[in-house]
Amino acid sequence: MKAVEKKIVIIGAGPTGLAAALRLYDRGERDIVLLEREREPGGILRQCIHDGFGLTRFGETLSGPEYAARFTERAAGLGLEIVTGATVIGLTSGRVVTAATREGLRVYRAQAVILAMGCRERTRGALSIPGRRPSGVFTAGVAQTYMNLKNTMVGREAVILGSGDIGMIMARRLTLEGAHVKAVFEIQPYPSGLPRNIEQCLNDYGIPLYLSHTVTQINGDSRLSSVVVSEVDGARRPIPGTEREIPCDTLILSVGLIPENELTRMAGAQIDPGTAGAVVDEHYQTSIPGIFSAGNVLHVHDLVDFVSLEAEALADSVLEFCSGSLRGCPIEVSGEGCGHVIPQTVSGKADVTVSFRPRRPMRGCIVSAVQDGKRIASKRLPRANPAEMERLSIPAAAFLSQSPIKVVLQDD
Amino acid sequence: MNRRFDLVIIGAGVIGSAIARELSRYRLKIGVLERGPDLLGGTSARNSGVLHAGFNNEPGSKMARFCVEGNRAFDRIAAELDVPYKRTGKLIVGFTADDYDRLLALKARGEQNGAPGFEMVGRERIRELAPAVEGEFALYSGSTGILSPFQYTLGLAENAAKNGAEFFFSHPVTEITRTKDSWLLAAGGEQFETRWVVNAAGLFADRISDMLGIPGYEIYPCRGEYFLLDPRLGPMLPLPAYPVPNYKTGGLGIHLTPTVDGNIMVGPSNEYIDGREDYAVTQKVMDLLIADGSRIFPHLKREFFIRNFSGIRPKLSGKKTGGYHDFVIERRDDLAPRAVNLVGIESPGLTAALPIAHEVIRLIREIEPLEQNPFFDPIRRRIPSFRDKTPEQQAELIRQNPDYGEIICRCETITKAEVLAALRSPLPARTLTGVKYRCRAMMGRCQGGYCQTRLADLLMAETGLSREELLYSREGSWLFIGEVHPQ
Repeated sequence: MKAVEKKIVIIGAGPTGLAAALRLYDRGERDIVLLEREREPGGILRQCIHDGFGLTRFGETLSGPEYAARFTERAAGLGLEIVTGATVIGLTSGRVVTAATREGLRVYRAQAVILAMGCRERTRGALSIPGRRPSGVFTAGVAQTYMNLKNTMVGREAVILGSGDIGMIMARRLTLEGAHVKAVFEIQPYPSGLPRNIEQCLNDYGIPLYLSHTVTQINGDSRLSSVVVSEVDGARRPIPGTEREIPCDTLILSVGLIPENELTRMAGAQIDPGTAGAVVDEHYQTSIPGIFSAGNVLHVHDLVDFVSLEAEALADSVLEFCSGSLRGCPIEVSGEGCGHVIPQTVSGKADVTVSFRPRRPMRGCIVSAVQDGKRIASKRLPRANPAEMERLSIPAAAFLSQSPIKVVLQDD
Repeated sequence: MNRRFDLVIIGAGVIGSAIARELSRYRLKIGVLERGPDLLGGTSARNSGVLHAGFNNEPGSKMARFCVEGNRAFDRIAAELDVPYKRTGKLIVGFTADDYDRLLALKARGEQNGAPGFEMVGRERIRELAPAVEGEFALYSGSTGILSPFQYTLGLAENAAKNGAEFFFSHPVTEITRTKDSWLLAAGGEQFETRWVVNAAGLFADRISDMLGIPGYEIYPCRGEYFLLDPRLGPMLPLPAYPVPNYKTGGLGIHLTPTVDGNIMVGPSNEYIDGREDYAVTQKVMDLLIADGSRIFPHLKREFFIRNFSGIRPKLSGKKTGGYHDFVIERRDDLAPRAVNLVGIESPGLTAALPIAHEVIRLIREIEPLEQNPFFDPIRRRIPSFRDKTPEQQAELIRQNPDYGEIICRCETITKAEVLAALRSPLPARTLTGVKYRCRAMMGRCQGGYCQTRLADLLMAETGLSREELLYSREGSWLFIGEVHPQ
């Protein structure tokens, strides 16, 4: 197959891909193509018709489509090359990208590839929820696609499993469209979505949230007829005797997002089991030179604003890579008391911001970067919450050596 | 108005479909009555997909004979019907001296049944054949293979339809009466008049047998649960690996089977249940599958789970007796003239489907000559699969048909061309699950998270069904209540 030479190929024209492309454009780069499998750019934002996007990035609150439009309209105005209806089916470590389109296979040989594929939802199968296999079990995002993009109503009496943000937003959405949402059940002892969504999507509508509860049985031969929920103990095991049957015709699963890294694996890039995304250095470069990753394909974010900011930082690195001036990153970074830390390696020669998520809700805690047994940077957090991503800046001058850095989150 | 047929088959599973296909070689007007809204709603879609060699069954039994014959004849039928399959061989692994003796007995029985290619192998050879499998020694069975039970059933049914057999879905048989020289069947609100009836009703074969006037059978539903694993793990298991079977339980033990599509299945369990359609999965059995499966395959981890499901064996041996009862394939002229009664067609029914169909034909020909159908065409072809092709071939496919350039299912790389073929086949998909079984969309790790909404659109566009009419799988499994905002 004949390959087209392209300086920068971006896989995915959602918030990450678009923000990266526009930043590259603003820095004077013109040899860019975005490959998008949907018929139009914008990514998952297109179906997020609720508001609350943009407070950090634009200083105002926007709906998902409005937030996306800030990028897509500008991209269209500038004439950025976005190939829609193009699904990437091949990526090599030599940065050859193959996409299927109705017009044929497109093959690009790129100097740099930006992975911006986003994430997918965890399913019933991955959770292995016991019971039968009726219709009426939807992941929150699929239900959202049906309702917001396909004008299709999925049910009348709903139960939501998981207090992820999409689940809570769908609880409100279903209620507004006339369905009866009976409750939200969360297996953890704390909510997994943002506090503002608990307030605005559940409390405002009188939808109860039960923590330390999960669905232990799905009933119904044809359509879902009921679910059984149980309380769980500290090890998340159902407690016998606490079962309660709830009649419903719809079960919405909001039980986690998984970065979609099939192409990353295909290219042979190293994956971090903690994030399920690529291992990256402070330039957002994966273990394969010239292949970069940011946004939800790297690690699942809480707010799209930070996705845009991350993508813009990535774009700067890509230009440095193309000009051959990327710093080496020999210092390893790991976390303690937090689930994972991005990036996994840093140079120690530049200011760097690490992102992490707390493992459990905490009040009055302190996060520090520790090198050679010494605290080289730290910050107090009045509260920390697994639903929210936290950040810590480490100034270049603070690094003591090339020894590994540990990011430690602990009670103050 | 009665619909008139020479022969009506009750049940469009792999057995009913094989009988329909083999009988369509003759000049007969054939009807097939299926209770579900589509093919593959029952046992034929819910099994290990193994082409058995024939060492598990009693020498001299129909099970043993038809299994060995079915295995031997499979290359040809798979070529005719374009069924994906692979002669992988199989390992039955053991750890103890007792296991070793039982494996030798299995080998002897397999050889007595006429199956070829057995060999006792040691630890090193196990490592060569399947590096991830644990075991001290094993019986290697060279003729065992894996096949797509979906494509085999579809291939048989589609080819039967192409050769004139008429399929009626959502037609459960509710009453059978006998007139002087024909049968009258009430099904799906219609009357079918036919000279011959073949009972291939699987889990409901005892009830149909009663309706035909052949009493005394009872089906004991016996459920087996499975885990389906991510294809990322597929390369670790090139061939099925089983523990030494325990015949008292009537199953083959928790085993690991690669699928022709690159997944691994763990299971099945073996549990007598009350409901014939209780396709549940249970926490208890899931824990057991993980514990037992890990013994021979230590790579079993939760992060690789894509889905779990269960299938139900229509057993003639109940919980007390256990084990296997031979297939019943009979003509009872005393009780039900011109009827062929098949009861208890459980494992190895998939492997034995073709010889079972030939046995049915033999029973018919004993009392009635059959005339060749000169127009019989044995060939059925699937639409080429995009993901198996080289980039050059893929480019050519898109050039010929741009629908090949539109990826609908990203996990399994299934294109719009393949989805449309499923919706336009000789027996087109009518449910979401029907689309899945035909073209594999929704079978991947995101379980339809990406493609389900697209498939629903295509299904409605092709069938003309409304949102409210769309079904997920069986009757009553509605997906939507209508529009959010009526337009």
